[in-house]
Parts: sequence; structure tokens; C-alpha cells
Amino acid sequence: MLIKNESLLEIKGLKAYVEKTEILHGIDLQVNKNEVIAFIGPSGCGKSTFLRCLNRMHEETPGGRAEGKVLLQGEDIYAPGSDPVRVRRKIGMVFQKPNPFPSMSIFENVASGLKLNHLAKGAELHDRVVSALQEAALWTEVKDKLNASGMSLSGGQQQRLCIARALAVKPPVLLMDEPTSALDPISTAKIEELVIQLKKETTLLMVTHNMQQAARISDKTAFFLYGNLVEYGVTTDVFTTPRDRKTEEYITGRFG
Amino acid sequence: MKQRQFLNFVFMSGILSLAIVALVPLFSVLYYVISHGASSLHWSFFTELPAPVGEIGGGIGHAILGSLILITMASMISIPLGLGMGVLLSEYKQKPISRALGVVIELLSSIPSIVIGLFAYAVVVKPFKGFSAHAGAAALSMVMVPILARTTEEMLRLVPETVREAGLALGLPKYKVILHVVLQGSLSSLIVGMILSVARIAGETAPLLFTAFASQQWFQGLNQPIASIPVQIYTYAVSPYQDWHDKAWGGALILILMVLGLNLVIRLFLPKRKS
Repeated sequence: MLIKNESLLEIKGLKAYVEKTEILHGIDLQVNKNEVIAFIGPSGCGKSTFLRCLNRMHEETPGGRAEGKVLLQGEDIYAPGSDPVRVRRKIGMVFQKPNPFPSMSIFENVASGLKLNHLAKGAELHDRVVSALQEAALWTEVKDKLNASGMSLSGGQQQRLCIARALAVKPPVLLMDEPTSALDPISTAKIEELVIQLKKETTLLMVTHNMQQAARISDKTAFFLYGNLVEYGVTTDVFTTPRDRKTEEYITGRFG
Repeated sequence: MKQRQFLNFVFMSGILSLAIVALVPLFSVLYYVISHGASSLHWSFFTELPAPVGEIGGGIGHAILGSLILITMASMISIPLGLGMGVLLSEYKQKPISRALGVVIELLSSIPSIVIGLFAYAVVVKPFKGFSAHAGAAALSMVMVPILARTTEEMLRLVPETVREAGLALGLPKYKVILHVVLQGSLSSLIVGMILSVARIAGETAPLLFTAFASQQWFQGLNQPIASIPVQIYTYAVSPYQDWHDKAWGGALILILMVLGLNLVIRLFLPKRKS
């Protein structure tokens, strides 16, 4: 399939700190619309921090701070006066462990972003919740128990509920931080299928520790090491003919 | 028996006997209060004023009503304050003001309640020239606020950080995350905390001695002295009359039943918390 080469996200010289420690040493990266980007690399090399910088969640970490530019559709989300709350409505996030709101029903969980920000109500709210659940491939499993607690679902269903919750506000970008690492293989397969479906609607940036997963579902792969972006390119190229020796060693399992 | 099984047996019997020793005071208190107090519990005990000295009969209805009024007033002051402080302590823990508040609450909760009573006497009773329900409620609040602030903080800390992050990542402002995700999610445990703090102040005597003082009459107004169960028990217990001693036991039994009742209410709330 031909990829539309419309630039959506442009990251320039992004540095991230926790207290005085520099976690990311100046990352430059450009993402096109409707792509799936996989972020690979050993633990603790800054992939998650990078992702969290893109929706300004890193600054919620005690001592967390970021420098540099992140342009979403040409607008710098780190510009003075840019409101992190508004940024996060455009750049959604799915976390490593499913984290549905424990006091809310399945419906309320998905509706929360729309309802609590007064973006939709009544019939429109209902329709958007239904379509978000359909997009997240959870509708058929929960359509008869929308009022049940979100916590009553299985782990894999909870994760798709979290994806539906993030999708309901229709974010142009969806960040996923190892969304399948806490799930069994069947749930993982469902989420992978979902990611491939979702790129028609949105753009996905996903951290994964699973090489096969990166190879299966991503258009481009970025390899991080010690807070640097070592290699970034079309996934098949990165996996078959990596330019950097470190990348090759990592994906063939010689270190990491 | 193998050595492993023998050691297990010794250890098990050890902790079992310690558990029994710990239960002895509880059951002996219950036994004493019930055996001495049950005979006083007539309908009139709940509905009547105390009888004059020497006469048999009468009740502590005014003290029960007084305690309810004092507890309600103290809760109206303390619940908003305590909840607010708990939210500040848990959700804004990095802010210097939150750390300072933590220390203040720690100190406040370690002040002996008799000192709180004296303080309330100095700042409320003296300037307004008289014992009053207001002063009693103010003193009880000073006991209740730190307890509520701490329990609220602890309950809110139980909400996983990941759930807060989920709310923020949806583009919800922090105050909405606190209101709709954190507080709503811990509603039942917050109610438990409130009930526990009510149970705690229901039996406080020292803060009331110089503030609400005592009264042998029905409620006379919020700016008048008001009776309460603990102070009534105290008055009866230190008297030389056997009949009053029995009434003190009766009052103690009512107090214990109230606190046990509140704990039962909590038990009814608990299953909800787990689901």
C-alpha cells in the first residue's frame, strides 16, 4: 500500500531530563500521517520517556522536564503558552498496564474524555462511544453489558477498553507504551490486528520489546540506545539491512 | 512428628495464645458494660431527663440528643476541611504548602485532647463569655480534622498513579481528574473514613469538659451549654450514688452500641469497595 507522505509530527532536538540527569540527548524524528512507528531498544534507553514527551506527560513525572521542539501539524506543543491539557486531547495515550477508571462502567470509561471535557452529550455521546468501542474491536464483547464495571473485563479486554477510551476523543496521534506486554498471546494478536486497522484513522507510535511485533505491524522502526536515536527507517530495511552495527546486534539478539 | 511440623505447632500455638490474650480486654470490657448497663436500658432512659437526686428513674435523653447535635456540628466543620486537606496532602504532595500541612496535621493529631479542650476554652468560651455547643463543636473539630485529613490522604494514595495518568492523558485538567477519577473512585472508602472519625469523636470527653460543659436540661440553643453522653457518664460515674453509677454504665453501653453500629455500617460498605 502506498503511504501518503503528509508530515504530521516533527520532533527537533528533543532532550528530556529527570532532575539533573539527561535521559534523551537530542532526538530528531519525523512522522507521517497514517503510519505505524515502532520504537525498539533495550530497557531504560528512553523509549517510554520519548513517548511521554510527545503528549507532555513526562513533566508529570516528579522532576521531569523536556527541551526542544515537537511540532504537531506545524504547531510546537512546547511553545510558551501551549496548554498540556489541550495537547493531550490531540495526542492520546495507551499505557503498559490496562488502567480503566475503577469507579466507572464500560460506557462511562469510554465516554469519560468526551463527557468530562463537555465535547459531546446525549445521543452524540452514545454514538461516539459505540463507534470507539467498534474501532477498538470490543463492541461485540461488551454491547450487552455497557453498564458493568470496566474492572470486570479480562486484561486484554481492559486494554482494548483503554484504547477505545483514547480513541473516543479522535486524537490525530495515538501513543502506545508497550500495550501488549501484560497480555496473553491471543489478546496480543487482537491488539496487533487493531493497530493495523487503526492506522487508517490515526497515526500510531508504539513502544515494544517484541521484535516480531515491530516487524509485523509497523511501517517504520526507530531504534533507541542510551538516550539516542540510533537508527530510524522503513521497518523492512531496518530489520533486513540495518545501517548501524548496534541495530543489527540488537535485533539479532546479541545484546539487550 | 517431624521437627518441621513440631516447630510449626509450637509457633502456631504461640501466636494463637497471643491473639487470645489480645482479645481478653475487648470481651471483658463488653461483658462488664453489658452486665452493668443493660439493667438501665428502659425506654425512659432514652427519652427522659435525669431525675432529681434521690429519685429513681429518669434518663439521659438530653445527653443523647446533645451528642448527636455536637457530632453533627463537628462533622459539618470537619468533613469539608478534612477532605480538602487530605486532597492537598495526597494530590499535591510536591507542593511546599502540602509538606508543611503534613507536619502541622501530624502535630495537631498528637496534641492531648484535654489541651485542645483548654485551647477551645481560651479562644471560644472566654471571648463569648460562656460554655456553648459552638465551643464544644469547635473543640471536637480540632480532634476530627487531623484524623479525617490523614485517612483521606491514605485512601487517595490507594488510587494507583496509572489511573491518574490515564485521566491526564485524556486531556482532562488536573482538578477534573481529582474530582471524577480519584475522589469518585474512592468514594466508599472516603465514607468509611468519615464514619470512623465520627466514631472516634463520639466518645471524646476531655475536649467537651470546658467547652460544651454539661447540662441537665433539653437543648437550650447553640450558644448555651449542652449535655453529651461522655460528659454525662463522667458526671454520673464520679457521683456517690449507686443509681447514678448504674446510669453511667447504661450511658457507656449506649456509646458502645453507637460506635459498634457505625462499624457495622462500615462493614456493609466494605464489599462494595472490593468489586
